Amino acid sequence: MSRKFSRRKFMAATAAGAAAATFKFPMPAIAQAAPFKLGLLTVKTGPLAQGGIQMEQGVLTYLKEKNNMMAGRKVEFFSADTGGNPAGTKTKVQELVERDKVDSILGPLAAFELLAITDYIAQAKVPLLSLAAAEDMTQRRPNPYFIRASATSAQFMHPMADYAAKEMKLKRVITVSEDFAFGYEQMGGFQQTFEENGGKILKKLWPPLVTPDYTPYLAQIADCDGVCQGFAGSNPLRFMKQYAAAGLKFPVVTGETGADDALLKSYGDEALGIVSCVPYTMDLDTDGNKRFVEAIIKDFNTYPGQYAALLYVNCQVVEAALKALNGDSSDKAKLITAMRAVSLTDTPRGPLKFDHFGNVIGDFYIRKLGKEGAKYGLTLWNKTIKTYHNVGQFWTYDEKKFLEQPVYSRDYPPLKP
Amino acid sequence: MNFWLVLAANSVTFGGLLFLLSAGFSLIFGLMRIPNLTHGSLFMLGAYIGVTFVAGLLGFGLNFWVAALLATLIVAAFGGLIERLLLRRLPGDALAQVLVTLGLSFMIADFCLMVWGGDPLNVVTPAGLGGFVRVGAAAFPLYRLAIIIIAAIVAAGLWLLLDRTRLGAMIRAGVDDPDMARVVGIPVSRLFTIVFALGAGLAAFAGIIGGPILSVYPGLDQDMLPLALVVVILGGTGSLLGSFVGSIIVGFIYNFGQALLPELAYFVLFLPMLLVLILRPQGLFGRHVP
Repeated sequence: MSRKFSRRKFMAATAAGAAAATFKFPMPAIAQAAPFKLGLLTVKTGPLAQGGIQMEQGVLTYLKEKNNMMAGRKVEFFSADTGGNPAGTKTKVQELVERDKVDSILGPLAAFELLAITDYIAQAKVPLLSLAAAEDMTQRRPNPYFIRASATSAQFMHPMADYAAKEMKLKRVITVSEDFAFGYEQMGGFQQTFEENGGKILKKLWPPLVTPDYTPYLAQIADCDGVCQGFAGSNPLRFMKQYAAAGLKFPVVTGETGADDALLKSYGDEALGIVSCVPYTMDLDTDGNKRFVEAIIKDFNTYPGQYAALLYVNCQVVEAALKALNGDSSDKAKLITAMRAVSLTDTPRGPLKFDHFGNVIGDFYIRKLGKEGAKYGLTLWNKTIKTYHNVGQFWTYDEKKFLEQPVYSRDYPPLKP
Repeated sequence: MNFWLVLAANSVTFGGLLFLLSAGFSLIFGLMRIPNLTHGSLFMLGAYIGVTFVAGLLGFGLNFWVAALLATLIVAAFGGLIERLLLRRLPGDALAQVLVTLGLSFMIADFCLMVWGGDPLNVVTPAGLGGFVRVGAAAFPLYRLAIIIIAAIVAAGLWLLLDRTRLGAMIRAGVDDPDMARVVGIPVSRLFTIVFALGAGLAAFAGIIGGPILSVYPGLDQDMLPLALVVVILGGTGSLLGSFVGSIIVGFIYNFGQALLPELAYFVLFLPMLLVLILRPQGLFGRHVP
């Protein structure tokens, strides 16, 4: 009796072993029959939800356009709400990886969420395509399973500063941005390039992330040629409104979040004249972008900003890599390598490729906010006035020298006397 | 010189807005001993409802002031319902009340996100108040001066209500000693509903009045609630004068703290609250320990 039982057990164990072995060395045909599992870490509740909801819209638009297929494989989509905090992100990424066994993860939104899971991602070996702009994720603390098709915090500020100094002829600028890493890195990048081109930063103001009333800071803006703001989320709207209400008229330059296209319908005349530098603009006149914008407006009755667009681009990157591997996603090391080798020409943000850290090299658009050329029923529009082609995270700097300097921070580069 | 002038004027403006927000909170806490953590949510709800009316429900936009009044009434009615249906069932159980109001604030936040989406909404400055007042070289927005006047009118109205009417006398009696008030025949439980609705309405009114400055966005509730708490703890609960003085003090601390010591802005804001809690727990003008 006991002998029989153990033989059965033995048989079962052997069968399980055989099954495991098959899974380890799958035939391409089997791999293609199984659905490709795509995870998304986003924020659908709380103050960060604005961007998070858009991220999901970008993915859904892509999947709908492709009939839920990528490189001949059906896509199974898992959307997880992190709640916008590191602990929630950690829990959700574990669910995605260990329970749902996803093949790749899109997101998360914020740098502090990303930092909470970067070690886990490297350990779990799951390719992560994030929007979070933290510089060191692709610089001094790279992660082999990380890839970023959006931009680092300073990547769009370097060209913005170049334009502000050379073409807007600004000389003396005051910067104002939220008192956290994304703000420091943006303003640091702006300051470095701006000062190399003969400009001078007079003052750096750092309002806390939660600042209902910016007047105490606006009262300190005087006697300058221009203002560089780096606000994100709903803060730019409030800042610009109060800026105009305080009677300030200095030209304003900003980065990817300060004049995001998704804000156009909320902005009023106070935003006229903002010059911004961004990785994605609705104004880009290509078929791919038009198709994307029209789909978002039709399906979600809203206007796509960078969060929606860049998630759509991330999906394109995933599909291109899958195609290069003939739909085989079983080897995650191969998958991330294929992703980093992707080079696309027709995405909503224009052509793009990746550097050896997995960070994007692409076009960045200088735009001026006005009423001219407004489309899709909007009254305000960000009109492209210059395109910087093939901008990488190191701008025109030597990579080695750039990495030797400390990461941009509140006090780096220091203010010149 | 201009810098100081602008900051001082803005301190009073911001204080005025805080007074609108915290007067209701203070009354509710004073009378019912309920730390109403939905107060920030009611502020946000009022702003959202108001902006919906202004932007035009059913095709026509309402006048800003009419919209503000409507939003106030709707949220006041909602506040009355919260008191009747939920808080009434938890008398004297502070922990349960905190948890219920906190939970409710999350639900309202998600409700707003569902209905109005995540995009920030712009509230247009009411007609005729978009300009500036210039004092020397300093420009100060007209609308912010209007807020000072509105806050002063509301403060005077509340003072008349509390100090000169029968209802006010009953509320004051309820604040001072609810048990004794009941014994002498004051319908304290009906007062609870009235005061809660009044407080909710005031919060909503503050939300829409603050709209042209703050705009409306998810998270507005959690940004404003701590400020109301600071004001009420500083000024003392259940005291109109307390919330008024507390609001102005916090307005000044907020503005000058952020301008002069931006790194310590929140430290400076909460320090007076700590000192008051340690040295004078009933607040500057409060009559009993919370």
